Amino acid sequence: MSIHESNGSPQSLKNASKIKFEERRESLTFLGLSLPAILAILIVVFLPIIWLSSLSFYNAAGELSMENYARIYESALYRRTFVVTFQISIAVTLICVLLGYPLCYWLTKLPDRTASILMIFVLVPFWTSILVRTYAWLVLLQRNGIINSSLMSLGIIDEPLQLAHNLTGSIIGMVHVMLPFLVLPLYATMRSIDTDLVRAAVGLGSSPREAFWRVFFPMSRPGLFAGIVLVFILSLGFYVTPALMGGGRVQMLAQRIESTITIYSNWGAASALGVVLLLLALVMIWLMHRVFGLDKLFMR
Amino acid sequence: MEQVGQRKIDGMWLTVVGFAVLFFLILPTLIVIPISFGGGDFLEFPPNSFSLRWYESYFSSIEWMSATKISLIVAVMTTAIATPLGALCAYGLHCSTPRIRNTAQAFVIMPLVVPVILTAVGVFSLYAKLGLNYTLTGIVIAHTAIALPFVIVTVMSGLQNYDFDQELAARSLGASRAFALWTITVPQVKFSIQTGAFLAFVTSLDEVVISMLVSGGENATITRRMFNSMRDHLDPTIAAISTCLIAVSIGALICVRFLGSRGEVNE
Repeated sequence: MSIHESNGSPQSLKNASKIKFEERRESLTFLGLSLPAILAILIVVFLPIIWLSSLSFYNAAGELSMENYARIYESALYRRTFVVTFQISIAVTLICVLLGYPLCYWLTKLPDRTASILMIFVLVPFWTSILVRTYAWLVLLQRNGIINSSLMSLGIIDEPLQLAHNLTGSIIGMVHVMLPFLVLPLYATMRSIDTDLVRAAVGLGSSPREAFWRVFFPMSRPGLFAGIVLVFILSLGFYVTPALMGGGRVQMLAQRIESTITIYSNWGAASALGVVLLLLALVMIWLMHRVFGLDKLFMR
Repeated sequence: MEQVGQRKIDGMWLTVVGFAVLFFLILPTLIVIPISFGGGDFLEFPPNSFSLRWYESYFSSIEWMSATKISLIVAVMTTAIATPLGALCAYGLHCSTPRIRNTAQAFVIMPLVVPVILTAVGVFSLYAKLGLNYTLTGIVIAHTAIALPFVIVTVMSGLQNYDFDQELAARSLGASRAFALWTITVPQVKFSIQTGAFLAFVTSLDEVVISMLVSGGENATITRRMFNSMRDHLDPTIAAISTCLIAVSIGALICVRFLGSRGEVNE
C-alpha cells in the first residue's frame, strides 16, 4: 500500500498489481500442492460423516423429524449407554491421571538419559497394536490366568476373581491403551518446567510439598489438561477394547452405533448417536485447542 | 532433619509407583512373547515347554497368510500414497499465508480426533454406494485418509526447523522452484518425511475399526481376522501373530527414534 501512496506513477501501479497477481498465483500454487491430501481427507472422512449426520434428521418414513433424537432421550437403553460411556470414560481418565502424573513426575526427576531409556516402556506399548495388547490382557485376566493364580497363591483371594469379560476388564484394558496419551503431553510439559523455580521456593522457606503444589503443579497443568481431554475424547468413542473385554456386558456408545447399523440396520438412530458423540468430541477438542494448541499433541 | 526424612519417603514412594506403572505398561508385551513359544496344546503362562508350533500354525494357515499378505500390501500402498501426498501438503501449507495455514491445519488434524467408529461407519456407507466395500482399493483409500494427518503433522514440524532461505537462495541463483524443492529442501527434511512414512505404515497395519467394516471376504486384513478370532476364544496362534506385530512396531519405533536423533544432529 505504501508504494501506491508514495509513488503513484502508472508504471509503479502496474508493477504493484503485477506483484499482487504473482503473489496470489503463488499462494494458489501452494494450495494446489496441498489439495490432493485435503481432498482425500474431505471425501473419505468428512463428507460421509456430514451425510450420515443428515440422515439423523429423517424418520423411518423419510420425513424430516427429530424422532431419532427424541428416542435417544426417551429410550432407557440409549440413556443407559450414555451413562455407561460417561462413567467408564471418567473412570479411565481418573485412573490414567493417578497413574500417569506420578510416573511423569518421577521421570522428570531422573537424569535425562535414564528417563529417556525408561520412556521406551511407555513408547513400546504405544506403538503396539491395540489388538495385541487386548489379547494379552484377556490372557492375563482370564479365570485361570496369571493374575488370578498369583493372587490365589499369595493367599489374597480364595476364588478366582471375574476380571475379564466385564466392566473391570474393559477399564483395565482401556487404561492401558489410554495411559500413553496422558503421559506424552504431560511429560513434555513437565520436562520444560524450570526445576530451579521449585528449588528457589524451597530455598525461600517453603516446604517441599508446598513448593510442589504451589510452584510445580500449576506449571504442569497445561500438559495435564491436554492429556485429560485427549484421554477423555478417545475413551468416549472407543470401540475395540470394550467390545472384546466387555464380554457383551459393557455397551459403550461406539459399540451401540456399530450394532445399531450392522444388526438392526437402523441408520437414523445410529447417526443420531453419532452426531451426539461427534458434538461431545468437538466441544472437548475446542476446549483443548483453546488451552494447549492441537498440533503439539499428535507427535507419537 | 524431619524434612529430609520426609523427602526420602516421598522419593521412595514415587520410585515404587513409577516402576509399578512402567511394569503395568510393559506387562502385556512381556506376556505375549513367551506364550507364543509355548509347547502345550492350550494357552499357558508360564509355558511348561517351548516350541514353535504356534508359529507353524500361523505360517501354515492359508487364511492367516492371506490376511497377512493383504495387510502388508495395504500398509505398503498406504505408505506409498500417503507419504508424498502428505509431504506435498505440508510443504504447500508451510508456504501459504498464516490464515490459510491455520485453517487447513485444523482441518487436517481433525481426523485424528474424530471418533474412529464414525469415520468407519461413514466410509462403510460411502463404499456401499460406490461398491468399494471388501475391495483392496477401498481399504487403501480409507487408510490413506487416516494416515495422511500423521505425515502432514510430522513433515510440517520438520519444515518449521528448516531454514527456508536456503531454498530462496537456490532459486535466486537460477534454480526452478521444483528443482530447489527437490534438491535443497527435501534432503533436509528427509528425516521427518521418513518418520511420517513409518507412522503411516504402522497406522495402516494396526488399524482395526475401519478394516473391520470395510475389509472382508478374500480381502480381510489381519486385524479383522484377529478381532473376529478373539471374540470366540483365545487361540495361542494369535500370540505368535502378536509377537510378529510387536517386532514390526518396535522395528518402526527404533527407526523413528534413530532418525529423530540423526535429524537433531543435522540441525
